[in-house]
Amino acid sequence: MLKLINTILIGLSTGAIYSLMSISLVLVWRSTRVINFAQAGQAVFSTYIAYEVALRTGNFWLALLCAVLSGAILGAFVDFFFMRTLFKRVTSGPIRAIAPVVATLGLLGIIRSAVGYIWGVEVKSIPAPASTDGIKIGSDVLPFSTYDALVLLIVFVVLMILTFIFQRTTLGLSLKASAFSPEIARLSGVRVDLTRTVGWAIAGACGAIAGVLATPNSLLSPNSLDILLVLGFAAAVIGGLESMLGAVVGGLILGLGVTFIANYVGSTLVFLSAFVFLIIILLVRPSGIISGKRSRNA
Amino acid sequence: MSLVIRNLTVDHGAIRAINNLSFIVEKRRLTAVIGANGAGKSTLLRTLSGLNPATSGKASWGDHNLLKGKAEKHVRNGVSHVSEGKSVIPELTVEENLELGALWRGSKKEAEATKKYVLELFPRLGERLKQRADTLSGGERQMLAIGRSLMSKPELLLLDEPSLGLAPLVVEQIFQTIRDVVNSSSVTVLLVEQNAMGALKIADIGVVLNLGSIAAIGPAADLIADPAIRAAYLGF
Amino acid sequence: MPKKLKTRLSLFILLGWALLLLGDRVDELRVYQGASIAIYAIAIGSIVLLTGYSGQISLGHGALMAVGGYVAALASVEFGIPFWAGFILAALISGIFGGLLGIAAARLSGPYLAGTTLALAVGLPSLANQFPILGGEQGLYFDIGMPPQQLGESFTQYKWFYWIAALAALIVFFLLSNLLSSRYGRTWRGIGSNETAIALSGSNPQRLKIVAFALSSALAGLSGALLVMTISTASPSAFPLALSLSVVTGAVIAGVSSLKGVIFGSVILVAIPEIADAISHRVGDTLRISSTLPGLLISILLVFAVLVTPNGPGENLRHLLHKGKSHK
Repeated sequence: MLKLINTILIGLSTGAIYSLMSISLVLVWRSTRVINFAQAGQAVFSTYIAYEVALRTGNFWLALLCAVLSGAILGAFVDFFFMRTLFKRVTSGPIRAIAPVVATLGLLGIIRSAVGYIWGVEVKSIPAPASTDGIKIGSDVLPFSTYDALVLLIVFVVLMILTFIFQRTTLGLSLKASAFSPEIARLSGVRVDLTRTVGWAIAGACGAIAGVLATPNSLLSPNSLDILLVLGFAAAVIGGLESMLGAVVGGLILGLGVTFIANYVGSTLVFLSAFVFLIIILLVRPSGIISGKRSRNA
Repeated sequence: MSLVIRNLTVDHGAIRAINNLSFIVEKRRLTAVIGANGAGKSTLLRTLSGLNPATSGKASWGDHNLLKGKAEKHVRNGVSHVSEGKSVIPELTVEENLELGALWRGSKKEAEATKKYVLELFPRLGERLKQRADTLSGGERQMLAIGRSLMSKPELLLLDEPSLGLAPLVVEQIFQTIRDVVNSSSVTVLLVEQNAMGALKIADIGVVLNLGSIAAIGPAADLIADPAIRAAYLGF
Repeated sequence: MPKKLKTRLSLFILLGWALLLLGDRVDELRVYQGASIAIYAIAIGSIVLLTGYSGQISLGHGALMAVGGYVAALASVEFGIPFWAGFILAALISGIFGGLLGIAAARLSGPYLAGTTLALAVGLPSLANQFPILGGEQGLYFDIGMPPQQLGESFTQYKWFYWIAALAALIVFFLLSNLLSSRYGRTWRGIGSNETAIALSGSNPQRLKIVAFALSSALAGLSGALLVMTISTASPSAFPLALSLSVVTGAVIAGVSSLKGVIFGSVILVAIPEIADAISHRVGDTLRISSTLPGLLISILLVFAVLVTPNGPGENLRHLLHKGKSHK
């Protein structure tokens, strides 16, 4: 019973991190029709910024804030300098279908090499702001730690902020309109290009938070977030790629699934089962578990 | 203020959609552009609203050059375009679609006032404010599209085929509303229509477009009375 | 034998002869690089086949190369199968694996396929750690043995690798160029541009895509097996994500729409570590620079290629020539 509760709690807190990464992919996909693989690089860069700040000040919260800023700036930068040029230049040929993806991959490589050069390839760590030891219940110790609970709380707060932005503010309305129908948004006077860049910034910030939150429980290296990117993508696919709610639900489902398999079947099978799960979802429910009417041919 | 189009030419790749077109739309008039499929009607509107680049020529609304800058800039200069096929965003609610039109004005208070006016024009939208736009009927969507456009308080309204795919009764109602808007406000309308008879009936001026050039232009009533036009474009 | 096929065959034999002579003229390092070029050429060819001819994308070909590499190594270590049969087996099994993937892939497009294959590239090689039979982190030792005695005393191991890899590449490209200029190949090309038209003309685009994926995977598997031959081990670290990305980079640089640029792309892939080496020597060889520079160069090249000559230098040249012709 204790094991079950523990599995659920850990599953939710890992899933929460997947959700954030998934949201950052969905936000970009909705507005730009690109899966931004460079997100792993952007997030890892921002996480290194957090590492640097945490090392100097010892303040996790300041580190997180700096990572958010760095993630947002980097996201806006990538859209402004790369994506805009790309869409202006690449207009035809078989490359058209793969150019955006390939460009984000190249960008991932560039950022990762830069990170490796600046901080070296040896692994780093960020100390957690709360205990990573399990919570004691009576005489039993849950592997679920105070830090894991804190992660859940932070992600919840971030989701609330995002919900507020998208449901209540004019920025949110512009973001949604530009994503769903750029032409109508333009005809309504929305500055679509600018709005898209803002969207990339928000996505970058979410990715950065995911990166920082994932690090205290593991280690930091130039490619330590690759798996997070892949799992975030899987979560986005489960959620149907179009919806932020879907991204969150997808992340939680995946987090729970992965933890259950790790705790009950064996940790060696985690990745394999996640991959098989992804394939099955793609074959059985091509539009994701959360409804989405658009076809996958978009 | 008037819409002035001079020697406008627009190419779609190798195809010339608009060929050396010139005409003027006077302020507060309702001008209907009619013609067969492929006559270049939609292209004309898309060019005026900045969605399509022009090949050569001039087009301006007052002092504002319509052939320069992005579509969102034209909206800020009083030109609003309701594109073909019920241009609403299905994923957003009716209310959000309306608010979208007034976003750039930045004033919630003004937006509220305009919304009240739009909902008086289309009371059915008022009953469905919280519904997603894809739950609306075709006619309601068209009303929403026009309403969204009016929310930006346009001086020049470009309407592309508002009757497309709608039942005759609904078409009549929408045409009547367009006429009412022109009568009761200072807006100028350029209406592009396949439904030539319906459009000419409410229009002040008619322009007949054929293969990108003007085949006839004149007061709408005269065009309806012209036997040649009747035979070629009005179908009787 | 049709005349066209005959001229093509003689062309390839001539090319093979030239490669042989070339192998005798240069030093060991160049011979080794020659083998690498041939191996990359096959891998890049597999991407061009997939993307340029059937409109699909794969970021996971490094994983398929791993499948081929491990199959070849296993066949030799566990079952004592001769290496050439191991290579054929590697292509076959990777092809079957790719065909299964292709069944899923044919229903996906763009982002889904890209993400799924990327997941494969990230996850599959590390999966090898979990199975003791695959040798864990150390991997499997794969030795094809010394070159045959008949070739003489001075015939080195590297030259032997080069011969095998170059021969494999020649055979692959001979078969590929015949296939692609056949009716089948032309239909494939159509999928990339207009799936509906292909369906209306009576071919099944889904099935063609699956076949393309299987064939492409078989080629990737073969190149993976050859790669394992040159480095003597099949291990997870031989097939990192970077390998998948390098191969895609090579294909983009080569121009995905035609096989003609393949050799250009693979020469660049082999040259990059060398260039990076030269640069890091000049600025003072620190571990930091030498470990990050190749990746940086290749990524910059990739982004640059996509931004500046999106369809590859070959494509641009052809456009230029074509323009010249049509303007007169």
